Amino acid sequence: MKLKKTEEIIFKALMYISVSFITASLFLIVFSIFYKGLPSMSWEMVSQTPKGGFYFGKEGGILNAIIGSLYLSIGATILAMLFGIPIALFMNVYLRKYNRFVNGIRFFLDLLWGIPSIVYGAFGFTIMVMLGIKTSLLAGIITVSIFILPIMVRALDEVLKTVPVGLFEASLSLGSTRSETAFRVFIRQTIPGLATAILLSFGRAIGDAASVLFTTGYTDHIPTSIMQPTATLPLAIFFQLGSPIEEVRSRAYSSALILTVIILLISVIARVISAKYNKHRIKF
Amino acid sequence: MSVFSRKFRDKTALFWMIISLVILLLMPILLAIGLYLKSLPILNGQSFWELISESDWKPMQGKFGFLPFITSSLWVTFLSVIIAAPVCILTAIYLTQYARKKVLAFMHPVIDILAGLPSVIYGVWGVLIVVPFISKTVAPFFGLQTSGYTILAGAIVLSIMVIPFILNILIEVFRTIPEELTEASLSVGATKWETIKYVLLKKAYPGIISATGLGVARAFGETIAVLMVVGNVVKVPSSIFDSGYPLPALIANNYGEMLSIPKYDSALMLAALILFGIVLLFNFLSRMAIIRSEKNQ
Repeated sequence: MKLKKTEEIIFKALMYISVSFITASLFLIVFSIFYKGLPSMSWEMVSQTPKGGFYFGKEGGILNAIIGSLYLSIGATILAMLFGIPIALFMNVYLRKYNRFVNGIRFFLDLLWGIPSIVYGAFGFTIMVMLGIKTSLLAGIITVSIFILPIMVRALDEVLKTVPVGLFEASLSLGSTRSETAFRVFIRQTIPGLATAILLSFGRAIGDAASVLFTTGYTDHIPTSIMQPTATLPLAIFFQLGSPIEEVRSRAYSSALILTVIILLISVIARVISAKYNKHRIKF
Repeated sequence: MSVFSRKFRDKTALFWMIISLVILLLMPILLAIGLYLKSLPILNGQSFWELISESDWKPMQGKFGFLPFITSSLWVTFLSVIIAAPVCILTAIYLTQYARKKVLAFMHPVIDILAGLPSVIYGVWGVLIVVPFISKTVAPFFGLQTSGYTILAGAIVLSIMVIPFILNILIEVFRTIPEELTEASLSVGATKWETIKYVLLKKAYPGIISATGLGVARAFGETIAVLMVVGNVVKVPSSIFDSGYPLPALIANNYGEMLSIPKYDSALMLAALILFGIVLLFNFLSRMAIIRSEKNQ
């Protein structure tokens, strides 16, 4: 009997250690990025593009990468929404009766979700070569949108799944068409949840480096058209960190800090929205 | 039928939805075909088995042996999952069986943020903390000397990255186990721990295996973070303190020069295709296993 008790105590201790390990990892990561990034953080970093000699430690900032990343991920998110929202609505409004088929699509989406972004990057690159497009914002937007589409659809689907059948039937019985039910009832019912899902996809888009490595290129200028190459934050971090010069490396840490803050902000906003989510919902 | 009629709008919406879905369903097929066509030139010269079992990588001489990359990938991946899996299982048990609401409310955002951090951030952290830790503390402890850019560093960074991923699935798995089962066990006099050990873990066993499989797939394809800490030396690694060169890093590192050397681009696309195939296979098997075990419940 005593042996059993000790076994439980040992395993409970291991559980505490595991939970603390995970929590500590997060705090260690965030802390070390802040600790290393803050010293070389300046207004110049976020308000200027690289000047001559920037990559030897001279003045300038990474505004090109910040703006480039925003263009890229906003573009990709909008493009993915254009296809993602209809797919998610189709699954939950039109295909309601065909459970097996919908579950099949979900399974398929889960598989797609698992494909590494570097594979999408390589694929995007082959398409570009085939079509004769050079590295550009456009190529990046298309590649990233393909990459985040399954993530977005799956997240939207999880939200739309929660709409009660009664509401669906009530809407149809009042004479609205299925598309009216989809856009006026389902979307209105779940807007905060949908916004959260889209924000999370946006976070994926802005943080991914492997899919843009081949496709967007890198420049010191802020792009003025979608046919121009553009810098992105993850790549700015990656390239600067590879430099042998101390100042450039410490700027990589500040760039990492900027990206981390953006991601943390997205996470906080998503949390605030979904906290309000349950307030204005018709429940059955 | 006027353009503004409800019926017309209904039809247009349906049309767009179907088009979108078809595009989505075709995407992976196009992806596989595209990568396959691109890797044909190299497959025509040598057989697939020859390519992946050869360890000579000299693109300038037209020698493409994938063995160093595949073994590096396997080392990093399995080591990372071996670190991550026990931590995830213990945490999932704690969070679903023991933890109070306050702890859950705290841990949820922690897991979500870990899952949301971009891989390049993990890479920076790896360079800042993990690499020096290995070269200054871990390696000297074993009487070795390394720069710290090793398989072990890659595996540690990777393990933290896959933890939120595996953990979320495991929590889901433990939650789907009916409460009556554990209650029945408790009511016949088993202690909480005995119930966990003999009922919960037994029931969750297929789910645990699947979650681990999904973790393997996720870890296998991770690129930037691993590339930043693993050293990138073309060699079949023989210990965790050797540098490695995983498949995704190979693709990411050489995209610039691949068009200037014949067959090089083809070799890299084959690497992407191998990656795609392995990840898809692991994902498929694990997801199938999860679905099957859910049906049995």
